[in-house]
Amino acid sequence: MTGPGVASAGTRSAARERFDVDTIREDFPILRRTVYGRPLVYLDNAATSQKPRSVIDAVTRYYESENSNIHRGVHYLSELATREYEAGRGRVQRFLGAASPSEIIFVRGTTEAINLVAASYGRSKVEAGDEILITWLEHHSNIVPWQLLCEQQRARLVVVPIDDRGDLRMDEFDRLLSPRTKIVAVSHISNALGTINPIERIVRRAHENGAVVLVDGAQAAPHIAIDVQKMDCDFYAISGHKMYAPTGVGVLYGKEKLLEAMPPYQGGGDMIRSVSFEKATYNSLPYKFEAGTPNVEAGIGIGAAIDYLDSIGLGRIAAHEQELLDYATRVLTDISGLRVIGTAREKASVLSFVLEGIHPHDIGTILDREGIAIRTGHHCAQPVMERFGVPATARASFAFYNTKAEIDALAAALRKVIEVFR
Amino acid sequence: MSDLRDLYQEVILDHYKKPRNFHELSGGNRRSDGYNPLCGDRISVFLEMEGDRVKDAGFLGTGCAISTASASLMTESVKGKTREEAEALFEKFHELVAGSGESKAGAGAPSLGKLEVFSGVREFPVRVKCASLAWHTLKSALEDTAETVSTE
Repeated sequence: MTGPGVASAGTRSAARERFDVDTIREDFPILRRTVYGRPLVYLDNAATSQKPRSVIDAVTRYYESENSNIHRGVHYLSELATREYEAGRGRVQRFLGAASPSEIIFVRGTTEAINLVAASYGRSKVEAGDEILITWLEHHSNIVPWQLLCEQQRARLVVVPIDDRGDLRMDEFDRLLSPRTKIVAVSHISNALGTINPIERIVRRAHENGAVVLVDGAQAAPHIAIDVQKMDCDFYAISGHKMYAPTGVGVLYGKEKLLEAMPPYQGGGDMIRSVSFEKATYNSLPYKFEAGTPNVEAGIGIGAAIDYLDSIGLGRIAAHEQELLDYATRVLTDISGLRVIGTAREKASVLSFVLEGIHPHDIGTILDREGIAIRTGHHCAQPVMERFGVPATARASFAFYNTKAEIDALAAALRKVIEVFR
Repeated sequence: MSDLRDLYQEVILDHYKKPRNFHELSGGNRRSDGYNPLCGDRISVFLEMEGDRVKDAGFLGTGCAISTASASLMTESVKGKTREEAEALFEKFHELVAGSGESKAGAGAPSLGKLEVFSGVREFPVRVKCASLAWHTLKSALEDTAETVSTE
């Protein structure tokens, strides 16, 4: 390593001590680019996060010097790639607080993780007349797999409502939970409103009723510390790309006892122990659920992303993001005609809003020309939009590399939007 | 800002804030619904056809400035036109907003008139669907098909 590199690494660790966001931003190459001649202000982190240099380097290193198929070869590269990939699994195990790496199944993303549970656990355990309990806050990916399951098994989908702030109606949750409830599927943090749900209480009540709980953690993993054993949830699903890792990798955590009893999801190579035309015997966990060559570079990449998050500390990440959310909420509510959608008591990193008389798409287009990237639309959560009586919202979502100056830029651009429409 | 002013021209903002023909038709005999699943925009187009001619046109729905203004200006410009003329106008309009540059519409195609204000849309490719949703819906109403039109 060169001299300046060592110096900058030193400065960097010092910066992390006091959370120097400017130094942290240097770790993300894309944050240096401009859009329409203006510095990029990236506030669409709930859709996908940007990647730090260390993750990009890990993927490049894999292709430049480790590329090989895993779990198969006896040659050097295959062993090396397998070791790196499995090290990624180990990091995920630690990150989620799971008891064993056997409980960490690599999938394509949260969507596939939920589909896996619906197809494998669902079809073997859910019978006609049973109920699946979800909430009004769910992303389409935590609605549709259950609808498909209910159709196949002639089961019933039951939905817990939310109040005007965007908090779950826990009284209704208690009421709707019944001996017929077989699965409770709930987001840890709502992607459209930012609501943090009381997972531990939900799990406790569900277990008392004999139901298992799947938590959609896609929005939680990048923002708050997760401990699946403390939560006692049965399944937890995350997406790599939302937590600074590459796209195409996600994780399903499941309790070993449940996973052992579940039938395979997809058949193919790697998930079997032996195959004849009469019968196949299945591999042990987690491989039983990992048919085919996986996304090796992303498995390595998610390990690098977790190392990176560890180097900063999720506690400090959450503190900085909370400060940004509070600041943004204050600055944006000062804009006349702006209404925040979703004011839950506990919220993380998401600010959904509408401007009176101006459609979110028009807001998005005008902000884009200012170099500001936000999401506009229904956020794959149409029931939430319906609940608040809006066809769509504009959504700014924050990561730890965002700054108060960027929120000021957002506010200034929103005033420009109002100016255009005056 | 100049691109934005090209997109959000005064006429467009005016039709967004005060959409014309924003109602059902008492004598209407055709209706079609359009939907853009990407943004959730919904629109219903109502026509009163007299033979092959559009006697009256109206619409209802929710949408962004571009889609609402497009629907509003569309209802104004198709009134009195035959089905063939209205379809030719859509073709010309589509060329304007999607920006192929070369007109495939024949020399006899009707002039765009006020619809020229949508020329700025071509600089914003993701907004082309907003501008054309109402027209796709109109086309389906003219063809008298019952299915909801989707931009996808």
